[in-house]
Amino acid sequence: MIDGQLPILQVVLPLMMAPVTLILRNPRAAWMLTLVVTWATFTISLSLLMQVLDSGTIIYKIGGWAAPWGIEYVLDKVGAFVMVIVSGIGSIVLTYSRRSVEMEVPEDRIYLFYTMFLLCLTGLMGIVITGDVFNLFVFLEISSLSSYVLISLGKDRRALTAAFRYLIMGTIGATFYIIGVGLMYMMTGTLNMADLSALIPAVADTRTIQAALAFLTVGICLKLALFPLHLWLPNAYTYAPSVVTAFLASTATKVAVYVLIRIVFTVFGGVGVMEGLGVQHILMALALTAMFAASTIAIYQNNVKRLFAYSSVAQIGYIILGLSFVSESGVAAGIIHLFNHAIMKCAIFMGLGCVVLRIGGVTIKDMHGLGHRMPWTMGAIVLGGLSLIGIPMTVGFVSKWYLVRAALEKDMWFIAVLIVLSSLLAVIYVWRIVEAAYLKPVPENAAPVHEAPISMLLPLWVMALASIYFGLDATNTLSIALDAANALLHGGVL
Amino acid sequence: MLNQTSILRVISKLLIPPIMLFGLYVQFHGDFGPGGGFQAGVIFASAFILYALIFGVDNARKAAPAWLTRLMLASGVLLFGGVGVVSSLMGGGYLNYSVLANDVHAGQHLGITLIEFGVGLTVAGAMITIFLIFDGLLRAEEED
Repeated sequence: MIDGQLPILQVVLPLMMAPVTLILRNPRAAWMLTLVVTWATFTISLSLLMQVLDSGTIIYKIGGWAAPWGIEYVLDKVGAFVMVIVSGIGSIVLTYSRRSVEMEVPEDRIYLFYTMFLLCLTGLMGIVITGDVFNLFVFLEISSLSSYVLISLGKDRRALTAAFRYLIMGTIGATFYIIGVGLMYMMTGTLNMADLSALIPAVADTRTIQAALAFLTVGICLKLALFPLHLWLPNAYTYAPSVVTAFLASTATKVAVYVLIRIVFTVFGGVGVMEGLGVQHILMALALTAMFAASTIAIYQNNVKRLFAYSSVAQIGYIILGLSFVSESGVAAGIIHLFNHAIMKCAIFMGLGCVVLRIGGVTIKDMHGLGHRMPWTMGAIVLGGLSLIGIPMTVGFVSKWYLVRAALEKDMWFIAVLIVLSSLLAVIYVWRIVEAAYLKPVPENAAPVHEAPISMLLPLWVMALASIYFGLDATNTLSIALDAANALLHGGVL
Repeated sequence: MLNQTSILRVISKLLIPPIMLFGLYVQFHGDFGPGGGFQAGVIFASAFILYALIFGVDNARKAAPAWLTRLMLASGVLLFGGVGVVSSLMGGGYLNYSVLANDVHAGQHLGITLIEFGVGLTVAGAMITIFLIFDGLLRAEEED
């Protein structure tokens, strides 16, 4: 019987434990509880993924109400895959978080930090699993509101303005999304994704539905920080506590990409909006701009956290580029880059969290000689950086290989060239860090520094090694991504 | 301070109990008529806010200390979610109230009443907390 309840547990478990951490009020107990919850959701996610791969899409009816009227949870291959990413990152980051949070968050607020973390996890899990566009909005708000709070908990007072800016932009994004949902509801009278995808083709030529599509796309692109709607992201990532940056950078924008996939390929699956309405070309142009503009801006950053925040904007460009090919290998490349980018950015930002713990800052100057002072931490950051560039034997290479292949399949060789050229920009910004850490001497008056504690190094290296492991053996991840892409492109069946 | 005026004090003393009673009416009437947990929570909290305006925030904090509002916030969510968990343990799937009692109607009735009560608790807790926190912020500014 418990088997049948697993999909709902993914949302209910973190949701119910959030108020419990609020009642506990003890930092250590709150951390322990959150740790148990995140690992439990990760285990359940893995078993759900196996179940979906074996026996197809899982459907769960909330309250026993049948689909178009009630809310149903639907977990297909893409959903299960993204769910594994979110919960996996969550459990690794949480294992790492204790020391870092103790240092970066005021002590009387630590339990609130974990409450918010659990709510954020609830929201992200809910977005991935729900099969109802309005329910998705509710979860989007849960995850967004809690992430504004998480960001504002940063030590630097600029975290407050960063969180406020994200709040304004994020709310506009969510409002646009709900306007789009409202317009769809007006024309079809349903909120269920599967139902919508069956009913929309009949009314697809109306201006209302086209306006809905426009609102939905712009709203979601704000959330996933597609260039030029990314303005909230760099400051939010820079001033948030390190743990929050590591978690949000690898999950929040990824889940927003998942929403875009759901809307474009499932809800509007029967219409072919990507080709028909030219959404494809708009997304492709913006993705390419993101890859170049954001990487170029990254080169000039002095704060390393900010540098990698801009690099995230560029990497989102690669993901969207993959989707915009609307071919099996293109969408698969996008999906696999979701996974790969989550791993490498998580490793990098956790590494930077170790630097903050020991040095207190992450400017390029703080990095001078750090390769000798904190060899393990810097080693992991450099591995993550190599993966960002796309060096063979790292996950980044797998993504780029499939992106280039997808471009060549469509005879867009110039885009293949652009992908390679933009990787060279990544070489420059990663080199700046390598140069500072390994070639610059240790500052003379520097206080002696210990390597980060093992409780932080271990999760960091798990992620760094994962970025090598999945680069060497991408068979599993690739076959899931290809299957998922295949399912999405052929009617986007849920 | 508003507590100088005896008219305000007497009238608000007269008004606060009916406001609370009306909140409870909206709460428990919600499954048959207009109303429900959210509205009831707001109405109930407004009684506290009126009290705080007239008799001062310190007195209101005595009536609704931080631990109590925090407990209200948390237990409302727990009650709502708990009803769902109980219904799935009883074999009906999450939030399927039909299995909560022997007969389907009684089960639905019980389920809705309970989750609405959860909503009411959390909303009332949130409203009171937000009001008192704003007051705290204003005081912090005055002290600066």
